Amino acid sequence: MSEREVLELLRENARYDTADIARMTDLEESEVEAAIEALEAVGVIRGYQPVVDWDRLEDERVRAEVELNVTLDRETGYDDIAERLARFPQVTALRLVSGDYDFDMEVEGDSIREVSQFISEKVAPVPEITQTVTHYIMTSYKEQGIELGDGEDDDRLSVSP
Amino acid sequence: MTLEPADRVQAVGPSGIRRFFEIAEERDDVISLGVGEPDFSTPWAARDAAIQSLEHGRTSYTANRGMRELREAISTYVADRFALEYGADEEILVTAGASEAVDLAFRAFVDPGEKVAIAQPSYISYEPGVIFAGGEVVPVPTDEADDFRLTVDALEDAGAADAELLVLCYPNNPTGAVMSRADLEPIAEFVRDNDLAVLSDEIYAELTFDDDFDSNHGGSAKHTSIATLPSMRERTIVFNGFSKAHAMTGLRLGYALGPAEAIAAMNRIHQYGMLSAPTTAQYAALEALDSCADDVATMVSQYDRRRRFVLSRFREIGMPCFEAKGAFYVFPEVPDGWMANEFAEELLHEEGVAVVPGDVFGVGGEGHLRVSYATGLEELREALARIERFVAEHA
Ligand SMILES: Cc1ncc(COP(=O)(O)O)c(C=O)c1O
Repeated sequence: MSEREVLELLRENARYDTADIARMTDLEESEVEAAIEALEAVGVIRGYQPVVDWDRLEDERVRAEVELNVTLDRETGYDDIAERLARFPQVTALRLVSGDYDFDMEVEGDSIREVSQFISEKVAPVPEITQTVTHYIMTSYKEQGIELGDGEDDDRLSVSP
Repeated sequence: MTLEPADRVQAVGPSGIRRFFEIAEERDDVISLGVGEPDFSTPWAARDAAIQSLEHGRTSYTANRGMRELREAISTYVADRFALEYGADEEILVTAGASEAVDLAFRAFVDPGEKVAIAQPSYISYEPGVIFAGGEVVPVPTDEADDFRLTVDALEDAGAADAELLVLCYPNNPTGAVMSRADLEPIAEFVRDNDLAVLSDEIYAELTFDDDFDSNHGGSAKHTSIATLPSMRERTIVFNGFSKAHAMTGLRLGYALGPAEAIAAMNRIHQYGMLSAPTTAQYAALEALDSCADDVATMVSQYDRRRRFVLSRFREIGMPCFEAKGAFYVFPEVPDGWMANEFAEELLHEEGVAVVPGDVFGVGGEGHLRVSYATGLEELREALARIERFVAEHA
């Protein structure tokens, strides 16, 4: 149960230090450290990354969501196709989904040209892939649960009853 | 002058909070832990219901007592959560904030010169409310040694036996104290023995964090209402509302629960003074009860984490603080040699952290600060780091 709480707090902010998490959960700092180590060891926690609002960065960053349809045969399953696609560094997320298409893939690159080329030259030719539909991300409003707007100002009275 | 304020009005000075508000407003680098208001926004479903009610033009007065559907929803909610059984027809009054309900109760039940005992430190509106109604305040101090819970000894010492009414507020603003069923039993006995009536402000009832409480007694929440104790229902008015747990302060919606005749007396004033509570807010409140329990639960768990964080930091800083278990305030002691208001004022000047000195909440509050944790964790961290620095520099 405490592992779950620690996980929730890290998801809220992976930079909370262990002392703060201990204060918030009434655990000992050593217990928090142990919980984090355990979560990392069993592979529940796979890494720590900042939530980035690319629109605020000078450098261009192009991101796309790609819908993929695939056909399977006796030799090739979803996992095989996924494994092949996930190896590309351009692919930042890959999920098997239910509905009108099979995979939901996120791709990143420095330009539209780079991303388009990647999809047409590396992804589309994969024999099992029957169709790709690419959606370029124009503006991101929320990432990983964090809203990317200007941040609402606190308009409460500074002192109130 | 013809518009000479009545003596009752002149007897009440500006609130002690006002001064800190003014100092804090002068600067723009202030982190405020002086707010008695959630930092969460109103659950979206409730806002949406308010918008829809406007879109459909549902903007006329409702029944004086509030929309029937809302009263029914309140009736079900308080029964499920707090084991409070009140009928929608005659025992519930929907008001413009718990504030209006509190004011109505003083005006409905206090005759000029009658005494009203108030467990203090307490929310700042009770005392003026009693004075505006022509009553006389009997402060009943609570003590840090008892974790700011009310005791029968304090009631006796203060002469509360002669009062008509006793005002309770648990979970408490400003201390964060809560009262368990076992704590309330002797108080109820005193109330019955001395034939008092009770006004119980339970607006922070959802914000009760004590994991060890044994006081569910039929309700799903940890909070116990004094009205659920034997023979207390007929002599108690319970106040609650949507400001705190549902983060709806500006929508101004609260309610009173009580025996039919008492509610009728309050409604007699309400129907002339207010007619009915804001209609848009009533739609929002109905939705809040229907579908926002998860939002409330999420906010409550966030408050609980912040509470633990803040308590732990005050202990590290060396400012003793009892284990506040309700509302969203902690009530640490100021270091030796300080008056609460001096400490609060210097802290605001030097470090830009606003807190409220405990003495503005009445007897028993001197030497303490009310620190609200209805503020994001990042600000709390920074504010406590500044308080730590301030205390270290003045040690
Ligand atoms: C104890 C207590 N009662 C009542 C209120 C006012 O509530 P409402 O917004 O419902 O009028 C407050 C607000 O701070 C409070 O702390």
